[in-house]
Amino acid sequence: MEIERNELLRFSTAGSVDDGKSTLIGRLLYDSKSIFEDQLEAIENTSRKRGHEGVDLALFTDGLRDEREQGITIDVAYRYFTTPKRKFIIADTPGHVQYTRNMVTGASTANAAIILIDARHGVIEQTKRHAFIASLLHIPHVIVCVNKMDLVDFSESIFNKIVDEFQEFVAKLLIQDFRFIPISALLGDNVVNRSENMPWYQDAPLLHTLETMHISSDYNKVDARFPVQTVLRPQREGFIDFRGYAGRIASGFYRVGDKVSVLPSGFSSKIKSITGPNGKLEEAFAPMSVAIELEDDIDVSRGDMIVRSNNVPESSQDVEVMLCWLNNRPAQPRAKYTLMHTSNEQKAMIKEVMYKYDINTMERITDDVQLKMNDISKVKIRTTKPLLIDAYKDNRFTGSLILIDDQTNETVAAGMVI
Amino acid sequence: MSKYYLSYLEELESEAIFVLREVWAQFQNPVILFSGGKDSIVVTHLAKKAFYPSKIPFALMHVDTGHNFPETIAFRDKLINELGVQLIVGSVQDSIDQGRVAEEKGKSATRNALQITTLLDAIEEHKIDCAIGGGRRDEEKARAKERFFSHRDDFGQWDPKNQRPELWNLFNGKYFEGEHFRVFPISNWTEMDVWNYILQEQIEIPSLYLAHEREVVWRNHSWIPNSEFLTLDPREKIVTKKIRFRTLGDITITGGIESEADTLEKIVQEVSAMRQTERGNRSDDKRSENAMEDRKKMGYF
Repeated sequence: MEIERNELLRFSTAGSVDDGKSTLIGRLLYDSKSIFEDQLEAIENTSRKRGHEGVDLALFTDGLRDEREQGITIDVAYRYFTTPKRKFIIADTPGHVQYTRNMVTGASTANAAIILIDARHGVIEQTKRHAFIASLLHIPHVIVCVNKMDLVDFSESIFNKIVDEFQEFVAKLLIQDFRFIPISALLGDNVVNRSENMPWYQDAPLLHTLETMHISSDYNKVDARFPVQTVLRPQREGFIDFRGYAGRIASGFYRVGDKVSVLPSGFSSKIKSITGPNGKLEEAFAPMSVAIELEDDIDVSRGDMIVRSNNVPESSQDVEVMLCWLNNRPAQPRAKYTLMHTSNEQKAMIKEVMYKYDINTMERITDDVQLKMNDISKVKIRTTKPLLIDAYKDNRFTGSLILIDDQTNETVAAGMVI
Repeated sequence: MSKYYLSYLEELESEAIFVLREVWAQFQNPVILFSGGKDSIVVTHLAKKAFYPSKIPFALMHVDTGHNFPETIAFRDKLINELGVQLIVGSVQDSIDQGRVAEEKGKSATRNALQITTLLDAIEEHKIDCAIGGGRRDEEKARAKERFFSHRDDFGQWDPKNQRPELWNLFNGKYFEGEHFRVFPISNWTEMDVWNYILQEQIEIPSLYLAHEREVVWRNHSWIPNSEFLTLDPREKIVTKKIRFRTLGDITITGGIESEADTLEKIVQEVSAMRQTERGNRSDDKRSENAMEDRKKMGYF
């Protein structure tokens, strides 16, 4: 039996309960036959108990007890479905203003983001916030779903007006690829099946769009970056001299014989062998987990980076980042944090808060520089030793970092290198 | 399409290997929680790949309820022998004998909840700072919110509303004395992915997963195997059926389904046509809508 070599697409959804986000996810899962009978039965029971008419698909995304009781989503939830063309992972994130941290979390690994707009309300502050975060996190593809078209008589002019409003707003943002789909999650129009109520819409329904969107170039294929996670020294028969540097390729390609440099030491060598999950390889690329052996016996350890000698990342102790604060404890002036960047870890200090964003208007705030939960700001960070960094826009994995509070061990901030 | 892309299974495999190596790099004394079920078998297989050509650098830990399928124990011992790794057993019977926990009473009594104490005691006794599990987010609604690196306080408890944000592939495994982590390398896999992977890799699994003849009794919508631990209701009858198990837990609570699938290929076909979730046959999850969430908060797997 042949196992299909389908790709994996990760997307995030942002929107509040009122936008019909849960209904949309329920619809995608239901129409793609990813809901099992016992799950459906449980939803039917609950729908009846709550006095809903018919089956409330939104209930499928209910998670924790508090969420069910309050009817809101508190934390990112992950959902899975598969079609004959692709496997999908949905990061279902809450849309409320206080949950920016969850949206950022869900968006950090996504290939695509779905932003939901209620057709009756058009572009509202929340929509702008979602678009802003999608652009900040450099999600390669954004799909704007104008939902509840059934409540506006499937009107083309209302749809076009919302598209215009949105486009005017995002002109200021950095989104590479965005598209618009008029849908009714409740009735299923243009979700999995083409809408018969909107013959004026000629493009593909949502699922088809997700199935066919080109994603293999979402990885940076130019800059070879290999952060070393750990060193494998088997010390057993047949492998006495084996010394493999284990890690996941962050970007680019590596081939046996390539001339490489190990940073930060700067020593150069050649790739002697590459071992993948199924044995020896001639070449490997992102996001493969491999072990690399070098021709020369040089000192390499966790936190180092193996790169191609003619293409190296920037090395600096001072970095400017866009920082999203994720913790209830505000940033303490000149406090030291542990900074994690690839497999590297060191002490760091926020030297200066240059400005904060009002994420609803995208205006810069310069007179209030205290970083509180959900704040997004531009800051200068100083580290004890140089970081090997790329700009986040070029490389999501060597351009991202987190800050950890040593007093609580909590992850308090996420940063993107400018 | 260019050849420079990974299939979804290769990408999931690569992600899991990354997570396992991160565990090795960040923790002092990690173990793999090994139940003998397919998920922990897949995690063990991935660990073999992650550290090849080195041996798996962790011990395997089994929480033994005493209510096992004999096949599971035989499989476990053979695997341990092949891998040449240490086995740590936490025994629920010992916890009962020591008066740490009390056996549940009645017909539907199980040792499922009792495992929590045994597990936490074993973690403390062996100074384990990270227990790697085969939990998947698609299994159950409370698990859908679980992190790859999931923090447990010094009582072993999970606080779902105060989880550390997890961004990109940066995993924060920092803890204070007495606390530990649960790590789930196959968080993003579904039941179908696990089966497809077992088929692709031809991973050996306990024969219980394949259709076989067995004495069973119809209870809670599934076929519960006859065993020395089973208390029969006067109205219940033992019959012989051709069944297989979709998940493996205690012999007292794991229900089988009628099936003709006696090869991996047939199982994959059967699972892809399934209309019931795999945990639908686990009576431990049927106790209430919040059964899993409540057990997880206490320190369950």
